[in-house]
Amino acid sequence: MKLSELAKTIRSKNAGVDRITFDVIFEDDATYQRVRRSGALSHEAICRLFSIAPDRITHWVAFDPARAIKFTIRRSLPSGSPGDGDIFGSQQYGPLLGLEIPVARNSCRE
Amino acid sequence: MPISIQHQRSANRTLRIVCPNGHLGFAPIKTGSFEIGIASEPDLICADSGSCDIGPGPLGADVSSSPLAWQTHDLEHMLLAARRLGVPMIIGSAGDTGTNSRVDMFVQIIKDLARKHALPAFRVGWFHSEVPRAELERRLDAGEVIAGLDDRPALDAATLAATDRVVAVAGVHPYIALLNAGADVIIGGRSSDCAIFAAPAIRAGYPEALAYYYGKVLECASFCAEPYGGKESVLGEITMEDVKVTAMLPSQRCTIASVAGHAMYERADPFSEYVLGGRLDMSQCVYDQYDERTCRITGPRFVPATDLQVKLEGAGKIGERYVGMVGVRDPYTIAHIDEVIAWARSQAHERFGDSGYQLHYTVYGRDGVMGELEPLRHQPGHELCIVVQGVAPTREIAEEVCMIGLRQMFYARLPQVKGTAGGVAFAFDEVLPASPAYRWTLNHTMSVADPMALFQTGMTNAGMPA
Repeated sequence: MKLSELAKTIRSKNAGVDRITFDVIFEDDATYQRVRRSGALSHEAICRLFSIAPDRITHWVAFDPARAIKFTIRRSLPSGSPGDGDIFGSQQYGPLLGLEIPVARNSCRE
Repeated sequence: MPISIQHQRSANRTLRIVCPNGHLGFAPIKTGSFEIGIASEPDLICADSGSCDIGPGPLGADVSSSPLAWQTHDLEHMLLAARRLGVPMIIGSAGDTGTNSRVDMFVQIIKDLARKHALPAFRVGWFHSEVPRAELERRLDAGEVIAGLDDRPALDAATLAATDRVVAVAGVHPYIALLNAGADVIIGGRSSDCAIFAAPAIRAGYPEALAYYYGKVLECASFCAEPYGGKESVLGEITMEDVKVTAMLPSQRCTIASVAGHAMYERADPFSEYVLGGRLDMSQCVYDQYDERTCRITGPRFVPATDLQVKLEGAGKIGERYVGMVGVRDPYTIAHIDEVIAWARSQAHERFGDSGYQLHYTVYGRDGVMGELEPLRHQPGHELCIVVQGVAPTREIAEEVCMIGLRQMFYARLPQVKGTAGGVAFAFDEVLPASPAYRWTLNHTMSVADPMALFQTGMTNAGMPA
């Protein structure tokens, strides 16, 4: 299944002027845990998806109160510098939508 | 109005604040939910008006990004409601940037509105947040380290010299001082969003941890509610034990998910909020659904700072700017668009050399939004739009740089191209003057002995003399 079919909210936004943070928020605990355990949003997967080196990721948090996986990357240019295509950082989440989430091993056995 | 909130009101052991807007002026408030909030007779009406999201240009050039008409609209609704109820009104980070000129402008708007509506006399408190560059030079000369945030290096003399304007981010202190001095309306310079709401709560004796959380949850108004819909009012209530927040728009609700989700909005660390004076620790927060539209929060902690650190924001001008755009439809040209751009760059280089100007290409249809983060940049669309920016010390040079960078795409020399009558399409064959280009030069912190040291306060009268 695609991440866009599983998550309630998938968004990106500036976290200060030097970073962009991504929030993937789920409606229910089971889906949240399933995606979290799948590794589809691991450091390695994020680096592969955005073609970035691991040290570009400054934070990675599983935030239980909001059932959210949250990660933050360093911008290549501070927000609003000439050449920056997204001053708010609000349209960087697109590639996450189509991310394939493996079906959980024990969910299709009925 | 949920019954729970009505009940609490009569208990008179609470402080209740209506927040109508998370960035006053950026888009007008929705007055319907604001009036519902005002009907509940809050103790204060507060809103933040600033944001770094608008880029470094407004701070550097000392202008607003919000139209005066929208700023006035929101201030008018808030002022009339506050004076009618006889409760304080607080605005933070006036005019998008919180520079001195924006504070003075908002104070003048308040005075003009008071005259327009013949309001009885009231007191307007204000404070300024700009830090003179000379003050920072003095500190650097004395060997002080002004530390960079988010992996930035410490401030050096060259970066400071390239900076046009700096604001310090105030905490609760100037707001409390002005409330103590009897201000009915406060127009704040740059300050932490949450300080605007935390200040009256701390002054009234509520625990700091709950007070700062109260500010954190209220500062973006309806962004802490669902379904998504900005510029709607929320009502907050603080007691000695908890914080509650209620959506005022009947179709919106503050839920555990929406409030917890908001705690992590536009921040790297969802557990911490740093303010001048300490750190709000949200890691132990507990969220309950109090009623259908109200979320109740307990458990935030506050860790006072041993060393007072104030955040500094600074912007510096890079140059004047012109922009232009072209379209491309030939698949061969699209496949070789980097060579087209390289040709145009080489022509600018021939005319102006390799320094003293900047030429930027944003290639929509390939990677215009995401740049090197774009996974699909090797699969461009069947047509491209390319935005060209020329930046240079003078308008004349910026115009010519941009014109070369744009028009030479038309003349790009691709060996196999079939179309030899022009390599790009112009919707308009001209370049347009744009706002000057700036960059964020300061995202730093500095030690201060006194949390009021950088923030000059003042008081003035508005309305009709009694």
